[in-house]
Amino acid sequence: MPLWLDLLVRVVAVVAAFLVVPLVVGQMEHKVMAHMQSRLGPMYAGGFHGWAQLVADGVKFVQKEDITPRDADRPVFRLAPLVALFPYLVVLLAIPLGPGGLVAQPMDVGLFFVLAVLGVGVVAVLMSAWASANKYSLLGGLRGAAQLLGYELPLVLSAASVAMAAGTLSLPGIVAAWSPWWLLWQAPAALVFFVSGLAEIRRPPFDMPIADSELVFGYMTEYTGLRFAFFLLAEYVGIVVIAALTTVLFLGGWHGPDPAHLGWLWTLAKVFAVSFVVIWLRVSYPRLREDQLQRLCWLVLVPVALAQLVLTAVVKLAL
Amino acid sequence: MSEQGDRHTPGRGLINGLAVTLKTMTRRSGTQQYPDVEPELPPRSRGVIALLEENCTVCMLCARECPDWCIYIDSHKEEVVVPGAARARQRNVLDKFDIDFSLCMYCGICIEVCPFDALHWTPEFEYAETDVLNLLHDKNRLGDWMRTVPPPPAHDVLGEPSKEEATAARKAAGPGAPTPAQTARPAVRPEPKP
Repeated sequence: MPLWLDLLVRVVAVVAAFLVVPLVVGQMEHKVMAHMQSRLGPMYAGGFHGWAQLVADGVKFVQKEDITPRDADRPVFRLAPLVALFPYLVVLLAIPLGPGGLVAQPMDVGLFFVLAVLGVGVVAVLMSAWASANKYSLLGGLRGAAQLLGYELPLVLSAASVAMAAGTLSLPGIVAAWSPWWLLWQAPAALVFFVSGLAEIRRPPFDMPIADSELVFGYMTEYTGLRFAFFLLAEYVGIVVIAALTTVLFLGGWHGPDPAHLGWLWTLAKVFAVSFVVIWLRVSYPRLREDQLQRLCWLVLVPVALAQLVLTAVVKLAL
Repeated sequence: MSEQGDRHTPGRGLINGLAVTLKTMTRRSGTQQYPDVEPELPPRSRGVIALLEENCTVCMLCARECPDWCIYIDSHKEEVVVPGAARARQRNVLDKFDIDFSLCMYCGICIEVCPFDALHWTPEFEYAETDVLNLLHDKNRLGDWMRTVPPPPAHDVLGEPSKEEATAARKAAGPGAPTPAQTARPAVRPEPKP
């Protein structure tokens, strides 16, 4: 296969996954959340149990008026949704789906790259918050910045623990080095990573920056139409990315029966299972107050992540 | 474990919350898919009021008792010549009987006060209109609802017979026969056992 064709196939595959998997997760959220609340959720769009609801939503968003407030900082305001969306697309490039190089872009420093790119999300939140010229947006954005900067630390520390255990920063390398007893050994790190990942994508119960009962819709207050849809899409891609990273780092990615052929299936199944947990947490728990949010981060997650690092180092040296 | 103990186990509430949502997900949802599936209403639910015109004597009790005055009645008197009677009798004839369902609050007082069972509840409820003026149902429309009135519940077999039946039975038995009320209860109270 010539190089350009190879590149094209990989990029198209990632873009397709970027467009399809978040919609599946979104539809799953509609349905799971509805049934957890003793409702049915969408039932009409598309005929069969409302399977086309998100497609219909997309069409609706495209038709809506695209408003930029008069006092807004126009270029920054218009750029922010793309900045929110783009990092997740780039992250998907580095996620290994199966063994034997079934990954869009194998990188030696994959973990490092992924965590660095995820950090760009803060910039998007601050951009949209400041450029909206709206006090609710600004409050939401500052809350978001405080939250994202705080939770970045346990996220990176727990990921570092896995990297230390595997002895590599490459994501396929980490999955290859994974063995089932890591589930026990790295359990605290997995928990810390998952929780701080939830906070990174600002999902309930960590949706203080959005907090619709007090801040209208946080930093997304002034957005309409397609740009708003991009923010929503970014949220669902965020779920996929966090679920995929948790899968790859802590749940053994493609490990399962017959990984050589069915590896991709195990990875996808684990990603959807973790996404289900993300939705489940949203339905079950109320929003954390701002002080509880920071307390959980600095007094629980960071110490646990540090202790896990020590534990990982001790076990690694002892073996 | 006591309730006090439950409260002090850390993380217990979090687990319970997850359990509740998961349990709800596995149960059938409470949604009624109304336009597709007819709702299962109780047999005598109150949807709309039907008028049995022949029973109405234009006594106006319903219109007067209606809390929001949504019943409009017009009538005239007609002479009825009864052969053999000294004078012609007068009879009220109903010209108009309208109920404005945009005002009605479905309290059912009109049905309660009607002495001749001219008004009935029916369980029909699909009479929404795009124009509020069309919610004024005239006596023909109210009469149409009579087809949907469910039959009255059967008489309680252990209860006293109705007054009409009792009177008919007494007349048939001739004077001096015991009334049903006397037969229903024992004439002598049983002696309380020590």
